[in-house]
Amino acid sequence: MVIGLGHYLTVAAVLFTLGVFGIFINRKNVIVILMSIELILLSVNINMVAFSTHLNDIVGQVFALLILTVAAAEAAIGLAILVVFFRNRGSIAVEDVNMMKG
Amino acid sequence: MTVTAAFFYLFSTIAIASGFMVIASRNPVQSVLFLILAFVNAAGLFLMMGAEFLAMILVIVYVGAVAVLFLFVVMMLDVDFAELRQGFLQYLPIGALIGIVFLLELVLVIGTYVVDPHLIRATTAPIPAADVMTNTQAIGQVLYTRYFYFFQTAGLILLVAMIGAIVLTLRERTGVKRQDIAKQNARTQETAIEVRKVPFRQGV
Repeated sequence: MVIGLGHYLTVAAVLFTLGVFGIFINRKNVIVILMSIELILLSVNINMVAFSTHLNDIVGQVFALLILTVAAAEAAIGLAILVVFFRNRGSIAVEDVNMMKG
Repeated sequence: MTVTAAFFYLFSTIAIASGFMVIASRNPVQSVLFLILAFVNAAGLFLMMGAEFLAMILVIVYVGAVAVLFLFVVMMLDVDFAELRQGFLQYLPIGALIGIVFLLELVLVIGTYVVDPHLIRATTAPIPAADVMTNTQAIGQVLYTRYFYFFQTAGLILLVAMIGAIVLTLRERTGVKRQDIAKQNARTQETAIEVRKVPFRQGV
C-alpha cells in the first residue's frame, strides 16, 4: 500500500475541520479557540509539506517555515492580549469582550 | 512499504485523535498536553515526507515554546473553566453541521483533484537528492538567497510580536520600591548629607 499525496491531504483536511469545529463548540473559552487556530495552521503546514514533497519543490517547505513563524508570533500576541483582558475583567469568556461596544 | 504505511497510520491516527481531544477535553491543561501530542505526531508525518528540518523545528518551536506558553497562561489565569463550558452542547449541532459540510467539501476536492503535469516540470527550486545535500542545507540555500526578504520580514514579525507582548503585559505598579540607578548616580555628598548645628544639652 503506497502512501501518497492524498493520504496526507486527508489527514490535513481532518485536522483543519477539527480546528474549525473546535472554534464553534468552544465559543466561550478563548484559550481553546487559540489552540484550535494552532491546529488549523498545523494542518496548513502539513498541506504545504505534502505538496512540496509531491511536486519535488523545496519552496513549499520554506513557506511552511514562514507560516510557523507567524503562528508563533500570533500565539504570543494572542496570549498577551488574553492576560491583559483577564487582568481588566477577571474572566476570559468571549461574550464579556464588549467594552468597546458602547 | 508496509512499514511506511504502518507508521503513517500510527502518526496520523494519534494526531487526529489528540486533535479531537484538544477541542473536546474538559480541562484546558489536558487540551494543551493533547496539543503537544498532536504536534509531535505531525512532526513524525513531516519526517516521513522527508522534511527533517521542519519536523525538528516543529518540535522545538511548538512543543518547546508555544505549548509551554499556553500551559503557562492556562495555569496562571485563575479561571473557572467549568463555567466556560456552559452552553457547550448548545453550539454542538451547528458546529457539527458546519464541520461535516466542510469535511465533505474538502474530501471531494481531494478526491477529484489532478496535479497538472506541466506543474511538476515547472518547479521553482527542486529538492536535491538526499545523498547530495541534507534537507536543512537545501532549505538554507533557497531561504537565504531567493527568499531572503521573506526571511527578514519573518524576523521583523517576530520582533514586533515580542515588543507587542512585552508592552501589553508590562504594568507599572504604584507603591513598589524600585532601584533607580540614574537617581542613585545623581546623588552627591551635598544632597545626601545634611550638617546641622545642634544646640548643646537640649536634644534634637
